[in-house]
Amino acid sequence: MTASVDWFPLWNSLKIALVSGLFVAVFGIAGAYYAAKLPKVLKGVLDVILTLPLVLPPTVCGYCLLLIVGIKRPLGAFLDSLGFRFVMTWYGGVLAAVVVAFPLMYRTSRGAFEAFDENLAFAGQTLGLSDSFIFWRIRLPACRQGLLAGFVLSFARALGEYGATSMLIGYIPGRTATVSTTVYQLYRLNDNKGAAFWVTVNLVFSTVILMSVNILENKKKRVSEH
Amino acid sequence: MSLYVDIEKKLGSFYLRSRFECGNEITGILGPSGSGKSLTLKCIAGIERPDRGRIILDGRVLFDSEKRIDLKPRKRRVGYMFQNYALFPDMNVGRNILCGLHGERDRGVRDRVLREALKRYGLEGLSERRVQELSGGQQQRVALARIMVNRPQLLLLDEPFSALDAHLRMKLQISMLETLREYGRPVLMVSHSRDEIYRMCSKTSVLTDGLMNGPVETESLFSDPKTVTAALLTGCKNITPARPEGRDILFAPEWGIAFRTSLGIPEAVTHLGIRAHYFDPSEKENRFPVRFVSGLEEPFERVLEFRYPGQSPESPDVWWRIPKSGSLCEKPEFLGVSPRYVMPLRES
Repeated sequence: MTASVDWFPLWNSLKIALVSGLFVAVFGIAGAYYAAKLPKVLKGVLDVILTLPLVLPPTVCGYCLLLIVGIKRPLGAFLDSLGFRFVMTWYGGVLAAVVVAFPLMYRTSRGAFEAFDENLAFAGQTLGLSDSFIFWRIRLPACRQGLLAGFVLSFARALGEYGATSMLIGYIPGRTATVSTTVYQLYRLNDNKGAAFWVTVNLVFSTVILMSVNILENKKKRVSEH
Repeated sequence: MSLYVDIEKKLGSFYLRSRFECGNEITGILGPSGSGKSLTLKCIAGIERPDRGRIILDGRVLFDSEKRIDLKPRKRRVGYMFQNYALFPDMNVGRNILCGLHGERDRGVRDRVLREALKRYGLEGLSERRVQELSGGQQQRVALARIMVNRPQLLLLDEPFSALDAHLRMKLQISMLETLREYGRPVLMVSHSRDEIYRMCSKTSVLTDGLMNGPVETESLFSDPKTVTAALLTGCKNITPARPEGRDILFAPEWGIAFRTSLGIPEAVTHLGIRAHYFDPSEKENRFPVRFVSGLEEPFERVLEFRYPGQSPESPDVWWRIPKSGSLCEKPEFLGVSPRYVMPLRES
């Protein structure tokens, strides 16, 4: 069967996960950085809102997204008129993955930023260093292990996303099919062999990702032992 | 005066009131932990913002709540050495020092200044090293070099020796003192260690519960601390309630004894203090019978605890500290203390 395998779901999953991973990384890091500076109450409220997608069932997230970007909704119709359609397209997959994976990146980054020794930033300020220098050359490098771990986790989450994705972009072979929606589809069609194949692909991927998280964490420990 | 500070800041139930001036010398701020020492430094550096007040450095207003002036830390030209040195962990020694030279674009000048700094602070050959690989003393010198190449107008040292092993401390204090004397600008050094303050600082302020007193000459702070807190912070072990009886007599009711003092007795006197080192069996003045109760051996000194015959039971034992090399063979029956060592103290 290998000769006739259609690898589209894998490439599509990877494409969606990579693009959404990039968005999540930028917004998650920025969100965590600015949230850390907010007053306590506001930070608490923001935390709840931003972490909600982590605990809500993904199908509920997908449903909520449909309520917002569905083509019959005001925003969805407006975006559609601009040529951006989030329903039944791979961008929709990106949107679903961003929403679901964001809390992981945000939470992990915030933990990393909160563990940062603020005296380093103060020392930079008293030496006259600019805020951007302090952010890019001191804060970010000092937090990079945590940020990287957050990225890997949210990338993995995006790669395996099923619930919100299936609500928003369904399953169209060759257009919106991802690994996870393909597994479900093949199982429904009683194609156990096909399902098993994609499950194996998924297992291999997830294992590699978890191993890389472990390696990162061990590296982090070694560094802090100094 | 080079530095003028008059600030107030409330943090929860803590209330900092700091008001002092200092010149081109090393001024110590002595206080227990939690007394607001670091907060004072942070306000001067601009890391924390006082609620009210003014900070003026060489006629340059750094902060003035009335005129709404609040210079950013990077505009203040104030060097701050943190307790943990705050070296940037992802840069090597050379890059850390060069961070203090960010304003200099000329590569040649940067290289030359870095070379000189490495040599001067005993860091030759360590430029490429990761800062985590350095010893505590080396880290301190990198922090100092990084600050000094930045040419600050004022230097703030926050417990600079507390992260070091005891045997290194004295050595580094000597070399730091040399650097600071050459620096010739005002230096504020925060510490909870009276030895450190005594060795390093020509003047000293005492900070307790957010209230700053002084600065006064360090020498006189130790010889006549004036307040109970200052006496405790400078290591006075024997403090007991006292009231004046006559021009130069202090009566200590809990010891049942009246002492003559040659230090002026202020009206508000509430206690007297006698340092454990200053009891003397051959002293003729303030000489009273004593009864020894217990003792403690230290490597080079002996601590003996005694009581006066009329001492009330609640009053703690009195400490006498003598060098072991002394000729003392037997515990004396009488101990005297010179009137210049009987320190009149007020509550605060």
